[in-house]
Amino acid sequence: MRAPDTILPLCVEALRFAAGGVEILHGVSFTLEAGPPTVVIGPNGAGKSVLLRLLHGLLPPGGGAVRWATAPDRSAPRQAMVFQRPVLLRRSVMANVAYPLALAGIGPRERARRAEEALDLVGLSALADRPARRLSGGEQQRLALARAAALGPEVLFLDEPCASLDPSATRAVEEIVAALARRGTKIVMTTHDIGQARRLAGDVIFLHRGRVVERAPAARFFVAPETPEAAAFLQGELVW
Amino acid sequence: MGDLHAASTAALGLILAADPAVMGIVGLSLQVSLTAVLLAALVGLPLGALLAVTRFPGRQSVIVALNALMGLPPVVAGLLIYLLLSRSGPLGPLGLLFTPSAMVIAQAVLIAPILAALTRETLSGLWEEYAEQLRSFGAGPLRAVPTLLWDGRFALLTVLLAGFGRASAEVGAVMIVGGNIEGFTRVMTTAIALETSKGDLPLALALGLVLMGIVLAVNVLAQVLRSAASRWAG
Repeated sequence: MRAPDTILPLCVEALRFAAGGVEILHGVSFTLEAGPPTVVIGPNGAGKSVLLRLLHGLLPPGGGAVRWATAPDRSAPRQAMVFQRPVLLRRSVMANVAYPLALAGIGPRERARRAEEALDLVGLSALADRPARRLSGGEQQRLALARAAALGPEVLFLDEPCASLDPSATRAVEEIVAALARRGTKIVMTTHDIGQARRLAGDVIFLHRGRVVERAPAARFFVAPETPEAAAFLQGELVW
Repeated sequence: MGDLHAASTAALGLILAADPAVMGIVGLSLQVSLTAVLLAALVGLPLGALLAVTRFPGRQSVIVALNALMGLPPVVAGLLIYLLLSRSGPLGPLGLLFTPSAMVIAQAVLIAPILAALTRETLSGLWEEYAEQLRSFGAGPLRAVPTLLWDGRFALLTVLLAGFGRASAEVGAVMIVGGNIEGFTRVMTTAIALETSKGDLPLALALGLVLMGIVLAVNVLAQVLRSAASRWAG
């Protein structure tokens, strides 16, 4: 289904960003390869959301570069993003999933097929005709995931997708994220929930005060962090 | 007081009997104002949506001008259209002056800025909410216009109703360009003005009651739409 060429690896080089005179990212560099989910963790205010928006292309870098292996093509989105608080259109559940597909130039029949498949994936098929804004918080986030997944992105950015959800809704979202990762979608997710990072991460980027302090495979990071900041964060100390 | 009582009774009689003269006037009023709203909406809604999503030098001035035009006195709108349509005016050869078409044009000119300004105000909030998400989908401001118009549909219906209320209640513009010709360009407001000055209070009152009934119905409709909208907006 996917074209043989790939947009990965993504090379991030000395990426900087400032807003209102305040430097938020101070030269962040790393490479993202295909594979299991990369989880960006760090305390609130570390610059996680800004980093994701820069990678997704919503913010222009203040310095440095975000380099995909192949040039991004807006007509066929290869990467998508789900926000902490998803913005659902004032339309039905089904129409919400179909909307970005229509923008991507996908014909009505293929659109319906993909939308149904995506709703099935997140378990919202039964609510397809309901007004999207009347769904519960967890259902709304699952719909946002379906909307992004329907595009068949190679890379999916998730910005604190469970930050405002209760445990059972969080679990449902995590299951969907894991299922997408198994299907080969590269997940790049921010969270400040260490437990969630443990459950989902293949590798971890620990961001602290606008810098990548540590980058390691999850198995090593959670057992033996190399930096005192990461160790303190994992022990639940208040780092900032 | 006796006059008022007698006039009211006669007015009710005219309405209940569906007096042909009254019905003709009411029918033309509705036809003119509804057509005017439709025409004004074709221009005002996209224009307002465009102003909500685009940023360009001079945008603030356009918005101020639009807001000022919301208060355009109907007689001035009527005068401008009169000058355009009069025999020596640039559009004189069309022969539209003193026809219902001229009244439609005058009312459309009067309410298009109102629809545009209210649309911009309504959709600005929606755009603020949607902008980042739509950009994430790859939709720029221009592509967002139809999206916002559709997603703001309930609020925009109340905008249209506001425009219709303004159109059906104004008297100055249609009086000037329509000429209040009986059976041809006489609408409720111009008839009320004329019949009152002639002293035919029952007819004036009957039309006034119908006009108020229409305004009331429009507001009930707006209220119903607002609650429908909140059901969807969640």
